[in-house]
Amino acid sequence: MKLAFQIAKRFLLASKRQTLVIVLGIAVGVSVQVFIGALISGLQTSLVNTTIGSRSQITISLEDEYISDYQNLVTLIDNSSDNIKVISPTLTSNGSLINGDASESILLRGFDFSTADEIYKFEEKFIPGSEFPNALNEVALGLNLRENLGIDIGDDVEFLSGIYGNQTFKVVGFFDFGVNEINNTWVITGLDTVQNIIDEGNVVSNIEMQLNEVFDAEEVTKLEIENEISDEFKITTWISENESLLSGLQGQSISSLMIQIFVIVSVVLGISSTLAITVLQKSKQLGILKAMGIQDGDASLIFLFEGMLLGVFGAILGILLGVGLLYAFTTFSGTDIPISINAGFLALSAGIAIAASMIAALSPAIKSSKLSVIEVIRNG
Amino acid sequence: MASILSLRKVCKTYGENTKNPTKVLFDVDLEFEESSFNAIIGQSGSGKSTLLNIVGSLDRPTTGDILFKNESLASLSKNDLAAFRNRSLGFIFQFHYLLPEFTALENVLMPYRISKQPITDEVLERANELLDIVGLGNFKNKLATNLSGGQQQRVAIARSLINNPAIVLADEPTGNLDSDTTEKVYELLREINQKFKTTYIIITHDRTVAEKTDRVIEIKDGRVYLDISK
Repeated sequence: MKLAFQIAKRFLLASKRQTLVIVLGIAVGVSVQVFIGALISGLQTSLVNTTIGSRSQITISLEDEYISDYQNLVTLIDNSSDNIKVISPTLTSNGSLINGDASESILLRGFDFSTADEIYKFEEKFIPGSEFPNALNEVALGLNLRENLGIDIGDDVEFLSGIYGNQTFKVVGFFDFGVNEINNTWVITGLDTVQNIIDEGNVVSNIEMQLNEVFDAEEVTKLEIENEISDEFKITTWISENESLLSGLQGQSISSLMIQIFVIVSVVLGISSTLAITVLQKSKQLGILKAMGIQDGDASLIFLFEGMLLGVFGAILGILLGVGLLYAFTTFSGTDIPISINAGFLALSAGIAIAASMIAALSPAIKSSKLSVIEVIRNG
Repeated sequence: MASILSLRKVCKTYGENTKNPTKVLFDVDLEFEESSFNAIIGQSGSGKSTLLNIVGSLDRPTTGDILFKNESLASLSKNDLAAFRNRSLGFIFQFHYLLPEFTALENVLMPYRISKQPITDEVLERANELLDIVGLGNFKNKLATNLSGGQQQRVAIARSLINNPAIVLADEPTGNLDSDTTEKVYELLREINQKFKTTYIIITHDRTVAEKTDRVIEIKDGRVYLDISK
């Protein structure tokens, strides 16, 4: 085994240029894999983040009814699954905000900010000078409402609801979600402000949560919650509401996988054919080794080791190249696509390259064990 | 003296399952004695290379048997035969066949390393001694490719001896060398034969070379035509 490894090493070092070309071939394959993989997974993470990163991923509600005794329900749900990152009750109502002649219909959302901020990241979205609307009848508004209603921080604004009557709010901040729909309509406040307006006691309309593994929402976490709570609750997940996003993500994943498979196939073919030539080039050496009594298995091992060594160095070089490409891409392309390089993915790419190289070396290895000593010796 | 290798009615046919099988060896019976120095001569196509391959267990006879120290080789598996070659036979070939990627010393040690035993100081010393015997003590760390033809063949001679084989088979060992070097190589083989009591079987087409041996076996048309001992 040690001998076979040493012979493999010497064979590779003896034809340095050929070895370098194969290593480069593998490296280019690996770097493409690393680059495409990191780019696609970065794109997906960013897409998922912008789409569902700042919103509820699973929402629980009752049909046409408020949820009373919600604290117990929150505890029950929180304990039902390990995947729940944060859980927060909300109470939502609607109405209009009026300032002088200006009027806008709005969604009044009451939050428990201690947990809701983890879902919506309000703090990051507040414009300078804003504060959390923690006190009763304090509100923060979507940024577009500032202009549409002509109000600013510190102003009072009138809330009008056909069912619940009027209430004066004090504006303590504005937030920018980067989404017009929210910036135009959301008015956030503490749970108690909304509870006070609708006058139904200590109730909420929804229980919202975010997950650690967002793709488990539909098939794992929803079922776990369903097992624990009563059937009358309606559970909606981001997955059921975003089928087109999901199929888009899936399409991306498949095309990335296809590219990676083709890259591996071409790497395997390249190594395999080059090593097959090496067997011919080294047939003299193999002949003499066999005459001297090397076992067929050890003769095959030489080529497996060659494949492995080529794979290892190709993978290392490929990862360096790939990371370099990613660096150049993020630095010079001017886009702000977040690239996600994780060690696991790099290790997987390297592992695949090494395994592929060894598989590629299999047929030359078998060929070498079948090589006839007499043929070699006779033909000089 | 005791017989070290016997051929019993060895026949070899190539292309047995084809329309035109070629019979190369016909009922060859031969005995080789321990520490003897033998030459096998014959025209090209006479079957002498086939005979050497069979004697060297690189090829199997179609019928007949080969006995090494009265043990038949017929029943050995491919891997057992490889182990047998490694242990008991040394090879010297016409085209030198060193591993060009390794140094002279590493080439000499190669048969020993193939036997999968750890390299000891003793073995290293022996390899160095063998290189000294063939006059290449100063070249041991040179890559095989950087040695001349004569030097390479002398390395091959040292290599054939590292595992203390009972028999060394040499196929036209001087076929590629000039006459001065040829002379030196034969003197060397002779010296080793006397010093280590190694049996030599040398294949050659050169009668002047053959005349320096103790016994000349001439093969003609696949049969033993002449067998003269001095």
